[in-house]
Formats: sequence, structure tokens, C-alpha cells
Amino acid sequence: MSGHSTYEPKYAAERWLDKRLPIVRMGVDFMGFPSPRNLNYWYAFGGILTMCLMIQIITGIILAMHYTPDVNIAFDSVQRIRRDVPFGWLLQPIHAVGASMFFLAVYIHMFRGMFYGSYKNPRELLWIIGCLIYLAMMATGFLGYTLPWGQMSFWGATVITGFFGAIPIVGESLQQWLLGGYSVGNPTLQRFFSLHYLLPFVIAALVGLHIWAVHHVGQNNPIGIEPKSKKDTLPFHPFYTMKDAFAIAVFLMIFALFVFYLPDALGHADNYQRANPMVTPPHIVPEWYFLPFYAILRAVPDKLLGIILMFGAIAVLFVLPWLDTAKVRSMRFRPITRWFFIIFLVMCFILGWCGANSPDDVAIPIGEHGMTFKWVSRIATLYYFAYFIPILPVMGWIEKTKPVPESITKAVLSGDA
Amino acid sequence: MSDTDKFDENGEPTRRDFIYIATGAAAAVGVGAVAWPLVSQMGAAADTRAAGSIEIDLSKVSEGQQLKVLWRGKPVFVRYRTQKEIDAADAVDVATLRDPQADDDRFVANPEGKINKNLLVMVGVCTHFGCIPVGEAGDFDGWYCPCHGSHYDTSGRIRKGPAPLNMEIPKYAYISDTVIKVG
Repeated sequence: MSGHSTYEPKYAAERWLDKRLPIVRMGVDFMGFPSPRNLNYWYAFGGILTMCLMIQIITGIILAMHYTPDVNIAFDSVQRIRRDVPFGWLLQPIHAVGASMFFLAVYIHMFRGMFYGSYKNPRELLWIIGCLIYLAMMATGFLGYTLPWGQMSFWGATVITGFFGAIPIVGESLQQWLLGGYSVGNPTLQRFFSLHYLLPFVIAALVGLHIWAVHHVGQNNPIGIEPKSKKDTLPFHPFYTMKDAFAIAVFLMIFALFVFYLPDALGHADNYQRANPMVTPPHIVPEWYFLPFYAILRAVPDKLLGIILMFGAIAVLFVLPWLDTAKVRSMRFRPITRWFFIIFLVMCFILGWCGANSPDDVAIPIGEHGMTFKWVSRIATLYYFAYFIPILPVMGWIEKTKPVPESITKAVLSGDA
Repeated sequence: MSDTDKFDENGEPTRRDFIYIATGAAAAVGVGAVAWPLVSQMGAAADTRAAGSIEIDLSKVSEGQQLKVLWRGKPVFVRYRTQKEIDAADAVDVATLRDPQADDDRFVANPEGKINKNLLVMVGVCTHFGCIPVGEAGDFDGWYCPCHGSHYDTSGRIRKGPAPLNMEIPKYAYISDTVIKVG
């Protein structure tokens, strides 16, 4: 997709600069990048995510000017930001809500990619870089949630670092090395702060690779066929910058609704209690964006197996491009598989619902004793993995797909795009 | 370097190959020597390790009570068990346990060489993911972990739920009739 340059410097100063450092040329070519003309609003989430990362970095750098990573002061320093620091009441919730908005956008972006087959040849690496960004986001989100040093922060950190303790033989030493002591304490908080500050820049670098890759192989589109002529594409600017701008405005309205009216709706009341190593809150749950994985972790009675399944749920995403054997990319032309995908989506929500509840409580009142959340999450976990193996590879072989349009332009003009 | 350079006329590796390998090996050792402090600094610091032992006065606990003392950032439970709880712990068939251990093996002998089955001393941390179990709760009236639903009996042994092991008995010793040193 990286064709020859269309930039023509008009003024002497531009020509002078272009000869020495073609930075304007690079920007112009970057923004004029030919994009399929049939991209819908689901394709706006790349732009939304870039904005989310920028919001988190800017507010994060500001918060770091006022925050103190010390077990005795951390909790108060966050409260001080919210009460005493000028506009701290605004900046701290933007950062906290921003994390949730970032994950909301990334989940939509990922499901979009899964529905339209955006991970297929030649976009495997683009997808894998995306998975790495998602992993780095999860690490950053977890580290950041520890910093306010409330009850959920402390016990979340204890449970998650406990995963490493489950590794045979080296587990305990590894866990102590990660914590810098026998349990979660001041050394843990300080290193978590340091790494929480570092990782967003790693994410930014990966985003750079992600965008480079998408510019090299070109964007996928809702009908999943490659642009064949110049007519099939539009320059990214102004067409998609404007479309993205509108989507960003709508997204920011939802963002603002949470920041101004529901700043604590996505958090937990327990985190307004100071961390107390002597008392575990009666009901500890992670942030909403980790709930499906938490449900998978608890679905099995074995500690190590639970952890393996939970990490497996993420690892399987990395090999998705090779598990889906279908030649046709978009689910629009896959009449049966699209239903399997929709069930997969529903199962992810069900897992989230299970993760938010106690495993032994009754989820569905059927039968004599009712069905507990543990059993619902077992069924949903089974489907989660079954979608990747065997549903996707087998459907790729046996499904009769619908005819794919000849070109993007033809599909657009006939109203099928 | 072409293939012919790899051996001299006698078919032996050349001096130059030796120098390359030796240089590479020295560089690898150097990188390792620099990386070691960078990795090692994350472990427990000397002051953290130094604060690793405490003394507990057991005479403060009376029957049916539980004392919680912070040790290495984790609570140590000192539970003065009732006769009913001791009987319940003794009545269990050890072979049926997930982490088989007799109740008697969960105590340290006092200076007279006897164990006091009334005073159970253990690390009050669930062996699943490190939450603090709630006392006098669960299906076995021992401890119950609220995080992921592990049930422990009156001896702190795992009986039901996801935790793999019994709650840990810390290393401790009686330094007088009523005072123990943990760690």
C-alpha cells in the first residue's frame, strides 16, 4: 500500500526542508494513505484507541507529579489529588475512567477484527502486534489499579502475584522476587509505580509498529476483499479523519458522562478503604475488563490448571490467524460461522457476569438446587475454547460461503457494502 | 569470512577462530555480570529480610479466641481451640485429605517436649491466592476463604475448594512456657 509519494512542495521553504529532512512529505503521505471506501464506524476504534492512549499518558504524567508511591502516603496522596490539587477532581477520574474507556474501545476493536476476519493473510502480524498491545494494556491496567493502595488494590495485587507462586518449583522464589519481599508491601508498590509509568511508552512503540503494519498491508474492510483499483479507495485524510472525528466526539460524550456523573460507577467501593493486609474484603473482584478471565480462572477447582486456562484464553488469540482456515475473510459471507461468532460474543459477556459473582451462588434457578455461577462459567469457558478449536478450523473446511462481491466499488454501488 | 578460512592447512581451527570465540565468551560473561545486579535488586532487601522474626505471647489468648499477628506482611493466626474442635480435627481420616497431615504434626513441641493441641499457630493465608480466611466458618467450622471459596477444617487443613495445600505452619520455637518466636 505504500505507493509512491504524492507530495509536491509549493514554497521555497518547503522545498528547502524537503531536500534536507522530508518530514512534511512523510506526514502528507501518511495522512493520504489510501483506505477502502466502504469502512464503517466499527473502523473508527483505531483512532479512538490512539486518543485513549494519549489521554492516559497526559493525565498519567500529571498525576505522577502529585502522587507518592509509599504504603503510608499513597492512599492519602490520591485523595489529596481528588480534593486539594487544582482540577485534580477532574484529572484523576479522567485517568481512572479512561482506563475503562480504553478497554471498552479495545474490546470493540478486537471483536470488529474477529468479525471481519482482519487477522487473516496478510494481516497475521498486524493482529499479533495488536494482541501484544492488549497484553501490555492488561499489565498496565493491573499495575495502575494497585497504586491508590485501597483494599481492592492490595488484594488484587496479592491474588495476581499469587499466580506466579503457583508455578512448580520456582514459583515461591519468583513471587518473592516480583514482590521484593514476603508479601505485597512497599517495595511492591514502588516497582509497580515505576513499571506503570514505563509500560504506556512500550504500548506507544507497539502502536507505532501496529500502524506501520496496517499501512504496509492496507486496511481490511467489512466485505473483506482487497481493493483492486484506485476507485476502491479514498485518501485517509480528509475522508476518514472526519469520520473518525465524529466517532471520537460521540465516544467522548460517553466518556464525559462517566467522568462527570458516574466517576466511581466502574470501580469498587472497597477501594475507598485503605489497604489492610490483615483483612480480605468479603467479595474481591477485579475491574470489569478482567472479569471474563477471572471467571475462567475460577471455573476449575485446580489452582495451576485455572491459571493455565486463563493465560490460554489470551494465548489462543495469538494463533487465531492459523486456526481460522476459511478463505473468505468477512463473517458477512459466512452464514453459519457468524452465528458461532455471535454466541462467542454472548459467552464472553456471560463469563464477565460469572466473574462478577460468587462461584457458589445460584445463577439460573433451574432444577432442584439451581445452576451455580461456577457451572455457568464452566459451560461458557468450554465454548470460549471450542470456538477456536474445533469450530473455526472445521467451519473453514465445511462451510459453504455466500458469493463475495467482485470489487469494493461494485459492492458499494449496489448497496451491499 | 568464507568457509575456507575456518580451518588451516592441517584441518585444525585457526587462531583467529579461537580469538573470535574467546572474545564472544568474554562479552557474554560481561553482559551476565552487568545483568545480575539489575535482576537481583528486585529481591527482598536486607532490612526486609532482617524484619523476618517476631515473638508472640501465647498467654494472652483464651479458649475460643484467635489472635492475629502480622509477620512478614502476613497474619499469623494463634487459635486457642476448644475440645470440640480438637476432637473434630483428630476424628478425620488422614488418608482422605488432599494434603495429608495428622493434626499432631501441625504443632511444635514446647520445652518439655510436649505439644499443646489447644494452641494452633499457623500462617493465616489461603494457599490458593493468598487471601485471609475467615475463622469459625465454612463447611468444617474451621476457616473459610471468601475469595474463591476454600474450606479449611479446625486444624487449618484444606478440605474443599481450589486451594492445593493446608495452611502453612511457620517455623517457630518456644522460648519460654508461653512465648514463641516465629521465623
